[in-house]
Amino acid sequence: MAIGVKVMKRPGSQVSYLRATLKGMALTFSHLWRPKVTMQYPEEKSSKDWTLSPRWRGTHRMLTDEQGRAKCVACGLCPQICPANCIKLVPGEDEHGNRYPLIYEIDEFRCVFCGYCQEVCPEEAIHVGVHYENAEYSRDRFVYDLERLCAQTHPVSTLWDPSDPKGE
Amino acid sequence: MTFFLVASVIKIIVVFTVIMVGVALLTLAERRICAWMQDRLGPNRVGPQGLLQPAADGLKNLLKEETLPAQADKVLFLLAPAMSFVPALLTFAVIPFATPLPTPWGDVDMVVANLPVGFLYILAFGSLGVYGIVLAGWASNNKYSLLGGLRASAQLISYEIAMGMSTVAVLLLAGNVTLSEVVARQAQSIWFVFPLSLAYFIFIVAAFAETNRLPFDLPEAEGELIAGYHTEYSAMKFSMFYIAEYSNMVTASALMTTLFFGGWDIPFTQWDNAPPWTVLKTIATLAAFCVKVGCFLFLYIWVRWTLPRFRYDQLMALGWKVMLPLALGYVTVIATALWILHAVLGWSYDTRFGLVLFVLNVLLAIPLFFGLDRGHLVAGSVAEERA
Repeated sequence: MAIGVKVMKRPGSQVSYLRATLKGMALTFSHLWRPKVTMQYPEEKSSKDWTLSPRWRGTHRMLTDEQGRAKCVACGLCPQICPANCIKLVPGEDEHGNRYPLIYEIDEFRCVFCGYCQEVCPEEAIHVGVHYENAEYSRDRFVYDLERLCAQTHPVSTLWDPSDPKGE
Repeated sequence: MTFFLVASVIKIIVVFTVIMVGVALLTLAERRICAWMQDRLGPNRVGPQGLLQPAADGLKNLLKEETLPAQADKVLFLLAPAMSFVPALLTFAVIPFATPLPTPWGDVDMVVANLPVGFLYILAFGSLGVYGIVLAGWASNNKYSLLGGLRASAQLISYEIAMGMSTVAVLLLAGNVTLSEVVARQAQSIWFVFPLSLAYFIFIVAAFAETNRLPFDLPEAEGELIAGYHTEYSAMKFSMFYIAEYSNMVTASALMTTLFFGGWDIPFTQWDNAPPWTVLKTIATLAAFCVKVGCFLFLYIWVRWTLPRFRYDQLMALGWKVMLPLALGYVTVIATALWILHAVLGWSYDTRFGLVLFVLNVLLAIPLFFGLDRGHLVAGSVAEERA
């Protein structure tokens, strides 16, 4: 007799071993034929049950103008607001007096993906992206420079607007 | 003599290969069926429908590091996987899996060793399997492994008795311990599952316990014992325990097929039962045998992914307080019934004989299953409150 086994006083009408077993087996058997919920990831990236949210904040993307130059005017707001201090910006100026970033680097390892840089950007240049496949072979590949940020093609996220909570 | 040797060697190699491949596919089947029951897909990446997954697993296991615990008993630790692996395979040797195959040099029995004492051989080697587990648990020098090993020994010995008792009824009915004779007797008339339904019920429960499959997988009990007796094993040695478990399943399924479901017999026909033997008959009966074994293997997997594990005291209560008295009582009843039918009424074994016994079984089964179902015989919590 096991020591300290809690004894449940169950009325006989509630007790069922064989019937419950058979019922359980019928249930598992019926599940054999049901549609499967598995999403076969590398081939399927979304299913009817699951898609990545448009508000997902992933790795950054720098938008470019018609000439393919970064829209950034090196105003310095994004490194200023960045809570993780992961944006490195060195501003430069061309002969027409237009400011542009000499160096613009984001350390994606330090980034906390808060999206403040996108929110604060007056030129709508830097964006967080709807993107999550970021694997690399070395750590230094995670510091994205300007060229790489401009070369990204994934869609950018729409940030949450408190006055329009459902994104309509 | 030369012919016998050559045929035996070929049969050994073929049967061994088929069982190994079958076991490999069984691990895949287990994972895929479990996945389907849980609305998942299961491993389907390596090869078509994941068919090469076992090969990938095997390769991985070969390349992994072999660990040896510093305090382990080295000899026994190395011996234990083999000790559980070998009996699992040996048992299959006496199981007839098809009708004899005609060759230019004579008929070849489709059984590795057609032992006259086949059945006793199975009981003997079936009990040896526990040594591998107990030694593994003891040699690991790990308290969880030791607990797993102890549980295994207690469980296997308890259910061994019920299993042996339940098969006594088969032997009484067959009048022989040679498995090919047992099969022949069933092929002539009616499968033993009908006249001996309750023996079959006891046997299948005991077989689940013997193979350490859920709901009787207490020796492993990953939740409480961290995989029990094979906690300390890695790589191919761990694999050996797995292969042993699945080979045991194959053997137990083959045994259930042979003892209760007519072995290689194709139901509702007689052409497969008698000479002259042809290759076609061999292939057809082999297919029938494989289908039956496959059904039992599916049952094993099905039950595993349905039922929760027994608590230890429930396991022991079921084994000693239900299965053993039931098996003993059943042998008595069947022996009496056989005596009445044979000696008093003078019937010989045929379909009518079987059906009379089947009715007897149904009459016995109704109160038994009612009692089992209501928890009168094995309660969820058996302890009485002591004042």
